[in-house]
Order: sequence, then C-alpha cells, then structure tokens
Amino acid sequence: MSVVLDFERPAAEIRTKLDAIEKQYAANPTPELDAQRIDLRRDFANRTQAIYRALSPWQTVQVARHPLRPQTMDYAIGMCTDFVEFHGDRVFGDDRAIVGGPARIDGRPVMLVGQHRGRETRERVERNFGSPHPEGYRKAHRLFELAEKFGMPVVTLMDTPGASPGLGDEERGQGWALAANLATLATLRVPVVCVVIGEGNSGGALAIGVGDRFLMLEHSIFSVASPEAAASIVWKDAKFAPQAADALKLTAPDLLRLNLIDRIISEPVGGAHADPSAMIATLRSTVAGEISRLETIPTERLVSDRYEKYRRLGSWFEMAPPAKPAGSV
Amino acid sequence: MRNLFRRALPKVAGDAGQEAVPDLWVRCGRCREMLYAREWAEASKVCPKCGFHARLTISDRVALLLDANSWQELDPDLRPTDPLGFAPAGRPSYAEKLATESLDSGQSEAAAYGRGTLDGLPVSLAILDMGYFAGTLGSVVGEKIARAFELGIAERRAVIVVSASGGARQQEGVVALIQMAKTAAAVQALGAARLPFISILTDPTLGGVTASFATLGDCIIAEPGAVIGFAGPRIIEQTTGEKLPPGAQTAEFQLRHGMVDQVVARRDQKAIIARLIRLFSHATQPAQDPTASASTPHGEPRVVATAGVQ
Ligand SMILES: [Zn+2]
Repeated sequence: MSVVLDFERPAAEIRTKLDAIEKQYAANPTPELDAQRIDLRRDFANRTQAIYRALSPWQTVQVARHPLRPQTMDYAIGMCTDFVEFHGDRVFGDDRAIVGGPARIDGRPVMLVGQHRGRETRERVERNFGSPHPEGYRKAHRLFELAEKFGMPVVTLMDTPGASPGLGDEERGQGWALAANLATLATLRVPVVCVVIGEGNSGGALAIGVGDRFLMLEHSIFSVASPEAAASIVWKDAKFAPQAADALKLTAPDLLRLNLIDRIISEPVGGAHADPSAMIATLRSTVAGEISRLETIPTERLVSDRYEKYRRLGSWFEMAPPAKPAGSV
Repeated sequence: MRNLFRRALPKVAGDAGQEAVPDLWVRCGRCREMLYAREWAEASKVCPKCGFHARLTISDRVALLLDANSWQELDPDLRPTDPLGFAPAGRPSYAEKLATESLDSGQSEAAAYGRGTLDGLPVSLAILDMGYFAGTLGSVVGEKIARAFELGIAERRAVIVVSASGGARQQEGVVALIQMAKTAAAVQALGAARLPFISILTDPTLGGVTASFATLGDCIIAEPGAVIGFAGPRIIEQTTGEKLPPGAQTAEFQLRHGMVDQVVARRDQKAIIARLIRLFSHATQPAQDPTASASTPHGEPRVVATAGVQ
C-alpha cells in the first residue's frame, strides 16, 4: 500500500526516478549510476524536508490522518513489551476504538490507553473509525483506576476524530463518560503522560488527554473540534475545513507557542509514515524519559502540580473597576 | 423542537422561547397560549397552561434560587481575550464577534458567579447564560466556574451551577477545550473538601459543558423539557443519518436512561436544593454531642455555616 499526498508529489517523483536507478545499479553497479543514485537520494531528502518544513495547517491534518501513520496498536506492539490488551467496561460492552492494558516500556510497567482507528475498511468499521463509544471511555476509566491501584504510570495515545455522536451514545451517557475521565485523570495519583499521535479532536481526545505532561508528535493535530465540524459551525459548510484548520491553531508548533502543550516530538523526515519504526523508537525513548522524571516527584506534589497546571490555563483579562475618587477607602 | 424559539419584533419580554407581544402579553413558546406577562414572570417564566419552561436570564435565576438581596456577584469584570487571533477567512473574526455580542446582549460574558444564601444556607452559585455567545464555555466561563468551586472550598459553601450552553467556544480553540479539564479538576477539589455540588441542567446543555463539570454533580437536577446531551441533534443527524425520535435528549430522556437524579420544575428547585445541602452537610460535620444536635431542629443552616466566612 502506497499513499502519496498531493503536496508530497514533487518528492514522490524523485523517489520514482531513484527507485529506477537503484534497480539498474543493482543489476549493473557502474560508478555513473552510483553517482546518480547518491544525487537522487540527496534530492529526495532535501525536497521531502522542504515540503515537511512548510506544511500548511490543512496539509498537517492530511499527514495526521495518513493511513500509513503508526497507530496505537503499532506503538503497543513496537514500543512496549508484555502488552496485555484488556477488553470491556464491565457494564455494557467492549469498544474497539479504545484499546488499552498493562505493558512495559523499557522494562517499567505502565498502563497504556489509546484510540485506534484501524486501516482496512472492515477494521475501520469495527473500530468506528476511531470514534469511541461511552463504553470505550469507561474501559479507559477502569484502566486508569487499575493503574492507580498498582502504582503504574499511565501513557495515553490520542488519535480520534472525536467521541462518537450517535443516539446510542447519547442513551449511554457519552457526556457523562467523558466528564468522569477528565475528573479522574485530573486527580489520579500516578504519573500521566499524554501524547497526540495523530488527530486529537474535542472532548473525545481530551477524555484520555489530561495529565502531567502533554506531548504532540510534530505533525499531529489537537483541536476543539475537527476542522470539518468547526467549518460547519463557522461557515455552515464542512467544505471550508482547510480554512477552519488555519483559524483553529491546531498544529503542534502553534499550540506550543500558545503554551497549551508541553513538548513536540520530532517525526522522521517525511512524517511518521515515512519511517514508522524510527517514530516508534523515538516515542519509546521520549515517554520512558518523561516517566522517569515524573517518578521522582512525590505523589502529593505531582497531583497538586497537575491541578495548578490546568488551573492556570485560560486567557482573560480583568477590566479595571471604575476609578474611585481620591481619598476613598 | 428547536424552531420553537423564534425571535420576534418588537422585543418586549426579550426572552428566548417567548415571542413578545406588545404590552402586557406574551405568547408561550410551546403551546402558543397568550399569557399575562406579569403572572408569567411571577411563575418564573413557566407557562401555566402547558408547563413550558422558557429560558431565564442570570438575574431570573438568582431571583429563583437565592434569598432576597443575598446575591453578591464576584469578578464581574473578567473579559474574554482572543487567544488564537481567531480570524476565519471571509467570516467575522472573534474580536469582531465579541464587540457586537456585548452590544447586542448588554452582557460581558456567558456566566456569572458569586455568593449568596439559599433558604439561609451559604452557597456559591454559578449561572451560565445562553444570551451571550450561546452560553459557550471559553476562558472566562471556565475561570468563573473554577473560582466558584474555589469559593466553595475557601468559605465552606455548597456549590450550585446552573448550566445552559451550546458547548465549548470554537473561537477559543484548544484554550476552550482545556477549560473542560480545568473545571472538572475544580469539581474534584470541592469533592476532596467534602462539600456538595448540585448541578442544574437547563435548556440546552450540550457538548463540552455536558462533557465536563455539568455532569459531575453529586446530584444532577434537570429542568423539565430541557435539551440535554453531548452531540447536538443536528450533529447526530448529520453524522449518522438517523433521525432522532421525538423526545430524544430531553431531561426526561436522560432521567429514563439514568443520567440525572431528578427532573424538577422551577417552583420546586429551591426547596430540593436546600434539602440536599442539609442532608449532605450533616455527614461532613464533626461529631456533636446528641443534646446539641437534638436541640437544633432538622434543616437548620447551622451545618454549612460553622466554618463559613459569611
Ligand atoms: Zn404553554
């Protein structure tokens, strides 16, 4: 499966030439072909880097949604050992859009929870395209409490177009499930590291995204609503999603500038989908480092620091009250 | 159901859900009955014929819930900024919308909070108002809600929040989204101080408000007929293609599905809240000698008041 995004085309054309030369060189390794392939490799790397340095917000959305981008299960398998997937909320059912369970990262037990969108059509349907139902959030809630009970740091991976908006979701209390997770994560007595790996939209992402550290992969997005949903609110037309992506400030660099996230994790040149195993290795070492640091903080302080961190977020000003006459008390 | 709310000119009574008719009459937003305006207002804008609960302003809510002259609004001067520089191509910018919204509504934001007494009980009360930016949760609303909970903790007051909101304020982007986490954390802090939080859901309570503080109440009370849910009806129909059955996402629907504790008409809300605060407060008081507690009739406001800074 090969997917070339529109704006990747100039690099893809070089890649096609390079592949042809590599094939010729393999059959007939002349110094001329060798020089050509070295040039083409350099051109390809430079062009890809140039494209990825200048991604527009809407292009970033395309990269964040790239079908070959590593997803939660890829990280669960590639970044962890001993992962045991837990199923079900013990009340209603098992939601496939959220996966989770205990695992080890660099030998250290953690609780991993993330949204998983799936790749093939059948899997995507089974997983509701990564839009969790309330039972998914309640499974996550169960895992958060297990993590606290057994003193395991929580690692969450966000990758969702948003919480599922169906009648059944309403009947089973989608809003209630999301709110319960926010409250529980806000006071959980173990370190919580949250990472947006793809698309992190709305309360559906935030409900597994409250923690001590909030990280974003370089080309992931984090937004109050999907660009399409915001466009249908602001322009009354989802076709304006690219314009909405511009206005929403949903890219990692924009959000870091606004002090709304803690850190950006670099992706391989050409995006995580260009080299999934390198991406997975980077995330593993980053998360392991964050956990080691958080584990040195005493629990009481960890929890109060987390409260303060969220308490400070917001942007408002206080109008000066009307001036009092001089000498008044 | 949504198109019950039609704006009419001239705006006399001025409340959404009521079509103003010149002079002394208002027309019920549901049954269309002509109602004598003063009687209707005295009934807290509930239609005597069909029981329709029209939307209330912040001062209506204060009059409904608090003891006369006890309301003391705090931090009324918090104003929104434009953290993203939200300027959607070809549409009014957030800065422009903020300016016109304040002029149209005469309000400075979509929530107010403060202290007051309810049947003599000291409470911290926050009220959201659909009249400004559809009651949306942005930085100022989030900050006021958080402060309402902190006021409760600092002065040992029960906290009451009356919600009415279209959800998170899109124009503040992630800044608005994070107010959901901030307010949920504030609810937890109140809980850790063992003080009660009574959440009142009114028409409409949707999106990021439903998915944060509003559904975290120790008791959740919904107003009759209020639309309450996570995704709005329009989003559900657009996304799933399914038409919602009549009565979906009403207060009564949420009661049936176990999501709210009671659906309570306006006229009964104050008494129920007072009873709840007294019941919850009893459990959080230090043990007292039985003669002292026997000499105090049940339902006296002694409990919350002991540690309160009035
Ligand atoms: Zn009526």
